[in-house]
Amino acid sequence: MRTFTTRIPVWLTALGGVSVALLLVTTVVPEAAAQNHVGQYEQADIEFGVRLYSANCLRCHGDNGDEVAGVDLRGGTYARAESDFELMRLISSGIQGTAMPPNDFSGTELTGLVSYLRTMRDFDMSAVTLGDEARGRGLFAGKGACDSCHRVRGEGPRTAPDLTDIGAVRTAANLQASLLDPTASMLPVNRPVRAVMADGTVLNGRRLNEDTYTIQLIDENERLRSLDKADLRELAAGTTSPMPPATDVLDEQEVADVLTYLLSLKGLD
Amino acid sequence: MTRQTLIAFMLVALLPSGATAQVTFERLLNADEEPENWLTYSGSYSSHRHTKLDQITPDNVEDLELSWVFQAGSLEAFQATPLVVDGIMYLTEPVNNVVALDAKRGSVFWKFEYTPSSDSRPCCGAVNRGLAILDDTLFLATLDGNLIALDAVAGKPLWQTTVADPTEGYALTLAPLVIKDKVMVGVAGGEYGIRGYIDAYDAKTGELAWRFHTIPGPGEPGHETWENDAWKTGGASAWLTGSYDPDLDLTYWGIGNPGPDLNPAQRPGDNLYSDSVVALDPDTGELEWYFQFTPNDPYDYDSVQIPVLIDFPDGNGNTQKLMLWGNRNGFFYVLDRESGQFLSGTSFVPVNWASGLDDFGRPVQTPQPPGATTFPGIQGGTNWYSPSYSPETGLFYVSAWEAYGSNFEPQEQTHVPGRVFLGGRPANPFGAGANVPGLRRGHINTWTDAAGGGAVIAIDPRTGQQRWRVPMTDVTSSGILTSASNLLFTGNREGHFHVMHAETGELLLRKTLGGMIANGPMSYMVDGKQYVALAAGHSMFVYSLRD
Repeated sequence: MRTFTTRIPVWLTALGGVSVALLLVTTVVPEAAAQNHVGQYEQADIEFGVRLYSANCLRCHGDNGDEVAGVDLRGGTYARAESDFELMRLISSGIQGTAMPPNDFSGTELTGLVSYLRTMRDFDMSAVTLGDEARGRGLFAGKGACDSCHRVRGEGPRTAPDLTDIGAVRTAANLQASLLDPTASMLPVNRPVRAVMADGTVLNGRRLNEDTYTIQLIDENERLRSLDKADLRELAAGTTSPMPPATDVLDEQEVADVLTYLLSLKGLD
Repeated sequence: MTRQTLIAFMLVALLPSGATAQVTFERLLNADEEPENWLTYSGSYSSHRHTKLDQITPDNVEDLELSWVFQAGSLEAFQATPLVVDGIMYLTEPVNNVVALDAKRGSVFWKFEYTPSSDSRPCCGAVNRGLAILDDTLFLATLDGNLIALDAVAGKPLWQTTVADPTEGYALTLAPLVIKDKVMVGVAGGEYGIRGYIDAYDAKTGELAWRFHTIPGPGEPGHETWENDAWKTGGASAWLTGSYDPDLDLTYWGIGNPGPDLNPAQRPGDNLYSDSVVALDPDTGELEWYFQFTPNDPYDYDSVQIPVLIDFPDGNGNTQKLMLWGNRNGFFYVLDRESGQFLSGTSFVPVNWASGLDDFGRPVQTPQPPGATTFPGIQGGTNWYSPSYSPETGLFYVSAWEAYGSNFEPQEQTHVPGRVFLGGRPANPFGAGANVPGLRRGHINTWTDAAGGGAVIAIDPRTGQQRWRVPMTDVTSSGILTSASNLLFTGNREGHFHVMHAETGELLLRKTLGGMIANGPMSYMVDGKQYVALAAGHSMFVYSLRD
C-alpha cells in the first residue's frame, strides 16, 4: 500500500484538476507512453506553479481545468507542445488568433507552471491511498460487482457511466471520493431521472444532458431518449446516487486496489 | 410605422441596389426613423436595441425561416452586432476581420483581414463586438489596441492610429461610437492593472481629440478616492459602447472594475470612477457628472452595461429624461440623466453583498464572511449582453443569472505590467473537489442546477418590479431585441434562439442553432422584407418570414 501525502494547503488542493491553457489540447496517450508525473517535478515548483496558475490562468481555464471548450489540461499532454521546453515556449508566446495571450514569465516561473501543468491530474493526491491494480481489476468484476452497472472497454452494462477512460479524466482524489461517497461526488449531469409521460408511462434513467426545453437520458433498457419537457407530466432528477459506498462491500485495502485499477483506465489499450 | 419612417423608407428604396449612401451624423441622430437600417451598435443613440419594424408579429412569427448563414473562419466567440446600411451588412468576423455582405442574400462584397499582434493579451476572450460608421467610413477597434478607419465601399484602410499598448494588458473589444465628427473608444484591460480611459478621435484624420482618464490623476477631483499609487494600476476600463443624448449633448459610458479586482485592501477608498457611469461632453471629454454603483468593489462588478436612455412623462406635463441600468451587481437603477441623480434601485436577482441602497443609491454593503458565498458571483447578475427597452410595453428587459454565487478569496498581489492583476481568486462555492460544473459550456450542460440558472426578466422602470420572468436551465449570455410588434428576440448558452411575447414572456417560437448565442440580436429590412440576425456558435443566422 502506498500513501501519498503532501504539504499542499487545503485551499490549493481545491485546484486539483485546474487546467492551463486554452491552447493545450489534451490527446489520448497510449498507456505505455504516459508518464507518471508524480515525483518527476519538485514539490516546491508544483506549489509555486499552482499560485501562478491561480493568478494568471484560472480565470479562463477554471478550477477543474476544463472551462475552455475542447481543452482539458489535466491529461498532462498537449497537442501543441510535447516537451517541457515547448510547453514553456507556448506559454510565453501565446497562440496567435486565439484568446491565449503571450506572457512574460521568468524561467523560474515557467518551471513552476510546467511542473504544475504536468502534475495537475495527480495534484490532489493528498491522503489518497493506492493499492494493487491487478487485485483491483479482480475486485471490480468480483466482490465489488462494479461491472454489474459500469462498462469498461466495451464490456458490461451501460446503466452507470462508462469507465473506459476514467483514469484520464478524473483525479485520484475525485475517484476516491466517488468510491467512498458516491452521492456527494455525483456529477449533476449524471443524476438519476424519473419522467412521467403524458400517458402515465414512467421512464427511469440516467441524465446525459439537459437544456431549458428538453432532457436527454439513457433509460433502463440502455436506449438513448430525448424528451420534450412540455410533453411530460412530471420530471424529477434525484440527488442520491444509485451506487452504494464501496465500503459497504469492500475493506480499506480493497478500496485502494479498486482505485488503483480505475486510475489505470486511460482509454483503449 | 410613423409618417417620417415611411418617408425615410421610401427615400432609401429609391437608391439603386447596392449603392452606399452617406451615413451622416444627421442619420445617426435619427436612426430610429429608418428602422430598415441598423446604424449603431445598439441600434440608436438611446440604446434601446428596439426595432420599429413590425412585419414579424406574434401572429406570424411561426413562419420565420432561415434566410442565410455566415460561417466565420474563426473559433473565437462571436459577439459582434452587425451594422446594416441600405441593404449592405458590415460585420466583424472574430477576431478583427471585417466583412461587407449583401444583407438579403449573405453574399460577400469584400473582406478586410486584420490579425492582431501576438502581443495582445485579452483577459477574457479574443472578441470584438462590432463597428461604427460615419459617412462612408467604418471604424474598427482592434484587440491589439488600434483604431482603424475603413472605406465602406472599397474595404481598404484609410487611417490607423494606436489607442493603447497591448503589452501592458490594454485591448479594444468594443464597437466604437461616433458622435458628430469624432469616433469614441474605451479600453479593456481591467484585469491587468491598467489605468483606463475613453478617447475621441477625429473621424477624418484619426488624430486624438481628447482623452478622459477613468481614474482621476493627482489634483483632479476624485483622485482623493485612491490612496498612495493605487490609482496608477486601478483598472477602470471602458469596454462597452456608450450612449448619447443629443439634446443634453452628453455621452454616457459605463466604467469597469477597479484593480486588483478582488482585493480592495490594496486600494482603499471609493476608487472613482470605477464601477460608475460617467456623463461626458462629446466635444471636449469633460466630465459633467458621475454616479458610482459599487464603491471599492471587491467582486469584479464591472459597470460597463449599456446605458439605456428613455424619456418618461412625469405626470405633470413634463418629460423626465431617465437612464435605465441593469447592473452586474444585481441592482436595477433609474437615474436622472440630466443631473446623474439617483431615483430608484431594486435588485433583480438574489443579492447578499448589500442589504439595499440608501437614498443616494449608495449600496449598504454586507460583506460575507470568509468561506461564505456572495451573490451574485463574479460574473454578476447580468454582464455585457445588451438589454432592451420597448416604448410599446414600457418595460426594460435584461438577461440575468439567478442564484449564481462565488466565494471570494482576496490575496495581496504585486502588480507587474502586462500580468494579470486579480488580487485573489473566485473560489468554487460548492466545495473543493466536488466536481462542480465549470462556468463555460460545450454541448453537454454541466452547469444545471448546481450553480444557478438564467432568465429573461422584464422590469417595469416605474416601480423596479418584475413584470415577468422566463427561467432557463443554463445561464444566458445573449442580448435582447424587442420590436414594435411586441416581440422579444433572444438566445441562450444552450444554443436556442427563442422569440417571446414582450408583454407576457409567452414563448412564441424556438429554434435550435446548436451553439452558444452571445451577441445581441438585431433587425433590418431589405426590399420590403424584415430580417432578424443573431450569432450562435461560430456563425451568424439570418431569419425572415417565409414567402
